[in-house]
Amino acid sequence: MTTLAREDARRSRSARRSRIAVPYLMLAPGIVLFVLFMAAPILYTLVLSFQKTKVSGLGLGSGSRSTVFAGFENYVAALDPDFVASVLRVLLYGLILVPTMLLLALLFALLLDSKRSRATSFSRVAIFLPYAVPAVISSLLWGFLYLPAVSPIYWVLERLGIDAPEILSNQLVIFAIANIALWGGVGFNMIVMYTSLRAVPSDIYEAARIDGATEFQIAMRIKIPIITPALIMTALFSMVATLQVFAEPTTLRPLTNSLSTSWTPLMKVYRDAFTRDDIGSAAASSIVIALATILISFVFLRVVQRRAFGQED
Amino acid sequence: MAIDTTPRTVATPAPVTRIPPLAPRTRSIERPSVVATAVLIVGAVYCLFPILWVVMASTKSGGELFSTFTLAPSTHFLDNLTQLSAYRDGLFWRWMLNTALYAGVGGVLSTYVSALSGYVIAKFTFPGKKTVFSILLMGVLVPGVILAIPQYLLFAQFNLTNTYWAVLLPQIISPYGIYLARIYAAASVPNDIIEAARTEGAREMYVFHRIALPMMGPGLVTIFLFQFVAIWNNFMLPYIMLGSDSLFPLTVGLNGLLNQGASTPALYTLVITGALLSVIPLVLIFLVLQRYWRVDLAAGAVKA
Repeated sequence: MTTLAREDARRSRSARRSRIAVPYLMLAPGIVLFVLFMAAPILYTLVLSFQKTKVSGLGLGSGSRSTVFAGFENYVAALDPDFVASVLRVLLYGLILVPTMLLLALLFALLLDSKRSRATSFSRVAIFLPYAVPAVISSLLWGFLYLPAVSPIYWVLERLGIDAPEILSNQLVIFAIANIALWGGVGFNMIVMYTSLRAVPSDIYEAARIDGATEFQIAMRIKIPIITPALIMTALFSMVATLQVFAEPTTLRPLTNSLSTSWTPLMKVYRDAFTRDDIGSAAASSIVIALATILISFVFLRVVQRRAFGQED
Repeated sequence: MAIDTTPRTVATPAPVTRIPPLAPRTRSIERPSVVATAVLIVGAVYCLFPILWVVMASTKSGGELFSTFTLAPSTHFLDNLTQLSAYRDGLFWRWMLNTALYAGVGGVLSTYVSALSGYVIAKFTFPGKKTVFSILLMGVLVPGVILAIPQYLLFAQFNLTNTYWAVLLPQIISPYGIYLARIYAAASVPNDIIEAARTEGAREMYVFHRIALPMMGPGLVTIFLFQFVAIWNNFMLPYIMLGSDSLFPLTVGLNGLLNQGASTPALYTLVITGALLSVIPLVLIFLVLQRYWRVDLAAGAVKA
């Protein structure tokens, strides 16, 4: 082997090494942050969910508390009636909120896209505006609007002689919170759908019109099928967000007695971890919620994929 | 007839010569629909109503809030503003600055990390690329809120709770941002330009900073806005992480103020004025940046 050939081989070896090293070095910030702030917390929670603190003697002084393996004890404890009730409540909340929000968003998007609508730029900006309002602030605003003493809605109803029920009462508070989420979410979903509608070349519609299709038929037969990916994405994100509901009920709590500290699953996790100092149970509940979120996402994607693209396979 | 067509010809002068054969049909389709417009207006009113209410309510004194018709304006806005600014030596403005810091610095760093990672995944071939990307994708499905308590427990191990870091650091990593950046890098940075720069001996980071990053511009604004809004609106993470109110962002601060207000209604006017002020910066940012905002990127996110 000549020196030149050896030199060449060395160079190509180091080139191969740098072909691997360079991308990983550039990915390093992302990978490190992912490991530290996503992977590690999840693993740590997993560990905690199988542990419990054992107190020996009077529980005083260091060494009297020790951590022992708890098996599935925390999971059994976490799935208490409070948790089950909060899950059922959130499912009902999702059933009220998600279809309403998506149908309204779709309706607004189609109307914005229709050539027969007027005042579209005003409506688009106005309906989208609540996206810029944090959930805490919107809960605060609606919270005041729900209070009979300050609400113009109650004021008007009273003048009309209508005895309106209290929206913050036990039975109706779920609608009150769904309305806050609807207000904050409908505009964003509308914009996502509207943008995908705009991406469709308009000669498709023109052809349908020449064939005599009405605007309604064009919407149902062409527009909605064509933006299916956007509909799937908005549905998925809305469902995931629904399971996480926390800020709205937490903010409304000072204004009403109808919201318990375990009204939603995440509120219960918060209560267990910080009010009751029961980390094991809070960790187990977190794992259950995370698994449920991922499971629901997967099942949903599977189902819609089969429904929407089933003919191909 | 002439009045009806004039604005259209002004807006699109060129196609006029080609349009006539289609014109009658198009015109009948484009006849304004009262129902369609009315539905949109109702939606707009529903969305503007709480904002209108808070604007009016912020002009009232504490007593007027409960005694006058709520949509009638009053004259106490400046008083309320002074009171809010005086509350605990300007704590409210501290919250505003904190929020700007969390969302601004966090948004920029997050966008940079997302752009870099997305660019590498889109433009390099290396062993393990598929694995890295699918693990990141799983991260999209695990939403930040569920991570908040585990993150707290982990930060507590290192005595980092109740610091700026505790709110800033966890929000830099955004799997969704990386996912969007990958789509955008693939679509907007041509391979031959990268190759040409490499042939001329440019270092990889130089290629990324000087060539790829500017080309990804609008996509990066989109990622920045998503992340900025997400951090600005985040409640649970700072609520869990922070104990001292000098570190609070607006959301946690106003939530605390409302909690106190439940026993002392005098604080209600402060909460209401604060709520109004905290909405203004985001609305401004959107109005300025919205033309660079590419939502279609988000819409294509689930190409099933």
